[in-house]
Amino acid sequence: MEQLTFETMIAVFEEIFGRTLFWGMVVAAVVVTLAYLYVLIRDREMSMRKFLLAQLSMPFGAVAAVLFVQAMTHSHLRDIGGPVDVIVLLGVAAMGAVGIAILVYTAQSLVRKTQ
Amino acid sequence: MNELKEIQASRRAFLGLVAGGLATAVAVRPAAASKVQTKARIVMIGAGAAGTALVNRLVERLDGADITILDPSAEHLYQPGLSLVAAGLKPASYTQSKTTDWLPQGITLISEAAAAIDPVAKTVGTSGGQTVPYDFLIVAPGLVLDHDAIEGFSLDLVGTNGIGALYAGPEYAAKTWQAASKFTQEGGVGVFTRPATEMKCAGAPLKHTFLIEDIATRTAGQGKHEMHYAANNDALFGVPIVSEKVRMLFEDRGITPHYSHVLKAVDPGRKIATFTTPKGDTELAYDYLHVIPPQRAPDVIRQSGLNWADKWTDQGWVEVDQKTLRHRRYPDIFALGDVAGVPKGKTAASVKWQVPVVEDHLIAAIEGREGTKIYDGYTSCPLITRVGRAMLIEFDYHNNLTPSFPGVIAPLEELWISWLMKEVALKATYNAMLRGKA
Repeated sequence: MEQLTFETMIAVFEEIFGRTLFWGMVVAAVVVTLAYLYVLIRDREMSMRKFLLAQLSMPFGAVAAVLFVQAMTHSHLRDIGGPVDVIVLLGVAAMGAVGIAILVYTAQSLVRKTQ
Repeated sequence: MNELKEIQASRRAFLGLVAGGLATAVAVRPAAASKVQTKARIVMIGAGAAGTALVNRLVERLDGADITILDPSAEHLYQPGLSLVAAGLKPASYTQSKTTDWLPQGITLISEAAAAIDPVAKTVGTSGGQTVPYDFLIVAPGLVLDHDAIEGFSLDLVGTNGIGALYAGPEYAAKTWQAASKFTQEGGVGVFTRPATEMKCAGAPLKHTFLIEDIATRTAGQGKHEMHYAANNDALFGVPIVSEKVRMLFEDRGITPHYSHVLKAVDPGRKIATFTTPKGDTELAYDYLHVIPPQRAPDVIRQSGLNWADKWTDQGWVEVDQKTLRHRRYPDIFALGDVAGVPKGKTAASVKWQVPVVEDHLIAAIEGREGTKIYDGYTSCPLITRVGRAMLIEFDYHNNLTPSFPGVIAPLEELWISWLMKEVALKATYNAMLRGKA
């Protein structure tokens, strides 16, 4: 990579997913994040009960993210060849886990207001 | 009530924060440099990877230039994808798009080939009989696959009788998979070749060998396939350290190398391939044969006298300075991509690094000064070794490895991340390059 600028990265992601899907996913991610911040500000506290369910969902998000990436790229766990591959795998899993935790927490907060 | 006000305040603050963030993101976009005013007539031969990437960058840099691009092909090919098509991992359409999809507004496309170049009168004659004058000429027509050079071989054979030829284009790559897939299921003897000329992506013959071996072993099980790789000289890859690594992988995977074996003839009826070797001709029987023909510059290069007189005389690559890609005898001419007479690097990755160099020297020439950028032979090859693994090999003119991510992605290690780059990020990067954005 000669010029790995922010603009290049955007161009590359647009090409990977297609412009519509990429920006659709960006919008979805922003909306969920904003909704999460909104419920935090609205409720003025983290509800540990909701957070517990969110935490329990994390392993499912992690596994789902890994399976999604592997299915999209003709890959399997046997293809892990070095430390950087483990890091990538854990990164994908972590993103899946955090993503679903935020989603689950926000969804609960929006559906049932406060206990 | 008081509580409610506070909440509203924090909501407002929050919205303000979001708006501020968006405004900042827009504001910090790099400002566009002012364009160079010129009336220069720039003619580009070829709207492949190199021509398209350069023309998209030139229209961003120049104002008023008269740019003409010549290409007879209505179809643009993403050639790095052909290896994946020939292993059944992608459909032929993965590599196909329209030439016009990638070209910018405000230029002239002539859908004809260059038939004659007069570097003294500074004109290009087209196959349709037009004469196009130029101030600067970019030669990027790609190369020609010389299938006729192999006796007994014709493209009609691809996909039948156990013959594959993935370089010949998307349909032939798909037919190659038909033949290769039969071999992976039924077993037998696989023979994989490469030509003795300079070639596009010297890693591709190895990738095809590795992929078919991997799929065969997973499909029919071990011990049913006998794999042979015919190298054109005494190495498996042009860069010695990589060649040695490939030798070890071949040994590990049970692929037998045959050094200095150049495919000369095919007898599809008897399923025999004949090779030229230093000790005379030898024959190898095959159930699956992968043919890659000799590769040469288009005839127009030699007919116009743009080629090297003392190097690659049977192939005719353009005589350019290897650091600036500028013609050594005609400074108004540059060559880019496969046709450039430089060692190594007939790949899209080379093009990605060559294009900014030619852009720099061309714009400098228009402005009457000297350019400063240097191309040092960088090329890269995500050398696939299995479905799911590759080695991200990057190197330069000096046979040095030039890893983009030193200490993170080891060049000689078979990694999943390198496969992900090839499978997911490479086409995206390629397309961004075509648009002049990478």
